[in-house]
Amino acid sequence: MLHNLAQLPRYRGLIHSLVARELKARYRGSVLGFFWSFINPLSLLLIYTFVFKYVMPAAAKGAESDPLFTGTDPYSLFMFCGLLPWTWFASSLLESAGVLISGGNLIKKVLFPAEILPIVTVTANMVHFFLALPILVFFLIWFSAPLSATELLWFPVVVAVQFVFTLGCALILSALTVHFRDIRDILSNVITLWFFATPIIYSYKLAPAFARRFMNLNPFAHLAISYQEILFFAGPFGHWKWLLALGAASIAWFLFGYWIFDRLRDSFAEEV
Amino acid sequence: MTSDGRGATGDGRGATGEARAARGEARAEVRERSAIEVNRASKIYRRFSHRKQFATLKSALLSRSLITNLRPDETFTALNDVTLTVPKGRTLGVIGRNGSGKSTLLKLVAGISKPTSGTVRVDGRISALIELGAGFHPEISGRENVFINGIMLGLTKREVARRFDEIVEFAELTEFIDAPVKTYSSGMYMRLGFAVAIHVDPDVLLVDEVLAVGDEGFTHKCLDKFAEFKRRGKTILLVTHSLGLVERFCDEALWLDAGRIRGSGDPKRIVGAYITDVEHREERELAAGDARAQESAAAAVASPDEPASAVLPDSPIELATAPADMFRAAEGRWGSREVEITNVALVSAAGASGHVFRSGDALDVRISLRAPLPVDDFVVGIGVFNAEGVCCYGTNTSVDALRPERLAGDAEIVFAVDALDLVEGTYKLDVAVHKQDGYPYDYHRLLYTFRVKSRTRDVGIYRPRHAWRFSGGVRFTAAPAADQAAADPDRDGE
Repeated sequence: MLHNLAQLPRYRGLIHSLVARELKARYRGSVLGFFWSFINPLSLLLIYTFVFKYVMPAAAKGAESDPLFTGTDPYSLFMFCGLLPWTWFASSLLESAGVLISGGNLIKKVLFPAEILPIVTVTANMVHFFLALPILVFFLIWFSAPLSATELLWFPVVVAVQFVFTLGCALILSALTVHFRDIRDILSNVITLWFFATPIIYSYKLAPAFARRFMNLNPFAHLAISYQEILFFAGPFGHWKWLLALGAASIAWFLFGYWIFDRLRDSFAEEV
Repeated sequence: MTSDGRGATGDGRGATGEARAARGEARAEVRERSAIEVNRASKIYRRFSHRKQFATLKSALLSRSLITNLRPDETFTALNDVTLTVPKGRTLGVIGRNGSGKSTLLKLVAGISKPTSGTVRVDGRISALIELGAGFHPEISGRENVFINGIMLGLTKREVARRFDEIVEFAELTEFIDAPVKTYSSGMYMRLGFAVAIHVDPDVLLVDEVLAVGDEGFTHKCLDKFAEFKRRGKTILLVTHSLGLVERFCDEALWLDAGRIRGSGDPKRIVGAYITDVEHREERELAAGDARAQESAAAAVASPDEPASAVLPDSPIELATAPADMFRAAEGRWGSREVEITNVALVSAAGASGHVFRSGDALDVRISLRAPLPVDDFVVGIGVFNAEGVCCYGTNTSVDALRPERLAGDAEIVFAVDALDLVEGTYKLDVAVHKQDGYPYDYHRLLYTFRVKSRTRDVGIYRPRHAWRFSGGVRFTAAPAADQAAADPDRDGE
């Protein structure tokens, strides 16, 4: 397993070109092309803004009236801070569940390290996340959110932790889905549940104490909170201990995922 | 075990540079080391029963064994204890029937799948032409696909760039290289895949029946490329049904049958043994098919009112010109049975009864007759039809000016052919005995099948004895027969 893992950096070039291909192919044939990577999150933000401003202003007012919120920032912007990384996470998982099956041709006919495929999926979705960031930054500045340089230094760390954690999930899911195709269907339900169990559309700090205890067990909750603290809330980044702990756990999780993947590797060519 | 297997693969790729250096420095030393070593390799595939096929996560979780429960209850041995060594620079042709394990062997050597037991070691960079263009993405251009495919096959971006023009030219796609691959025809797709794979500059080239990718011209280009590889001392493992190619091109042949090695060594010898085996097998199949046809014909109610048949008295020519009627007539048997055809045997010159003959061989059709009561009005006829239902030849005793006198009890009539001058193909026989006015005693319609094999690739309905003569300013040299066959890579070994 470690031997294979050590081989991985050799495939940088391949991962790079496959990610590029993935991005190119996704928007090939559409008029706006890469702009969709901006437009999709932008329209999402506008929809949430509209909903919280005009459809259910009470819900937003309730949250915004809390001293935690500065009062000027719209609630939708807060949600957006958690929603973008969540989109990266959720679509990585959903796509990687089927990636070995749809890439079966490669595994069966070309000498090809299969772990490349989930890695490419997660990476491509990360690039989409990066492409959407300018929108977020623009509106953060527009609404003069309290961004501070020291807090922003933590941003790459959160991204790195999320990347490693997502990779671990993607490896396990892609390997197991080859054998149990049910996972794809189960997964979409689990993701919906997980979304609501994560403080994205509500704030962790406003949740009741018993719910917080559960949230502490949810890895993505810590990621979402970190993003929100860094980007949205004023004040020093207080969640760093949790984040570093999650980082360490994510590395272990990734190794575990790689181990499972490696164990099932030989069955892929026969099963897909 | 897992990491060992992968390790071997990784080493294969890693050894590229080393192998290259060695090639340059000490060719003699490289020669000594073998390029492919397969040691007692077996591959067992699992075959899932219905219950297992729909195994779900839930069921696996319930039996609390995610990984161990992946054990099937039925297995299929695709390769059984195969050992082979291919020295550097040699070309090995693998032949065998469909399902004999050829492709499995190739996948093991390529490192795509791992042997269930035994070891596989390959020295040097591998390029496997198993499925051409397997990694192409339909939405992006041929150019981008060449790069990605090249990188997938182990080249660096710079190496692909250096070979790019050569690849495109080889694939004959200069005009279309910037169009998305989804707009390519299947031939263009395959040509591009082939071009990339062949330009990876592998030390070991694995080819799985991919030569049928283009027109004649492209096929020749591929063969030339293979020949160039051979000259440059590369190792080639070729899986093919094209026996002529194996004979002409390979240094050695390996014959797989049901996952085991049936023979290996000199290509001519192995191909010969394989062809003989195929003929035996066809023989059995044809015999079984005939037996079924005769059985069902016997079971059917005999009806003397059947329409015109092939061996009508005195009118074989008319039949030959009316194939549409022949086409409609199905296999069967009818007649009054006042005279009965009890047996029909096809006997070769060697005296063996069989169903597969070589073009030009002598053939006897032995017809056993039984007339419980003596008859004096009878004609015995025979008709030969090819697979399209065209009557190739039809005649009877009356046409050939034999006047019937008496037939009583058991008798045997032999229709002796000195030389079976038919082209390769499957033929069916009508055998009949009837009155001179056409009243059928026993009519066997298309109940007997035989196959004619030929090493010559001529076409048509029959082969007149012929020769070429020439004079004046024209000259030929005679090509060896094997080469002639090999010139057509589609030649089928079935």
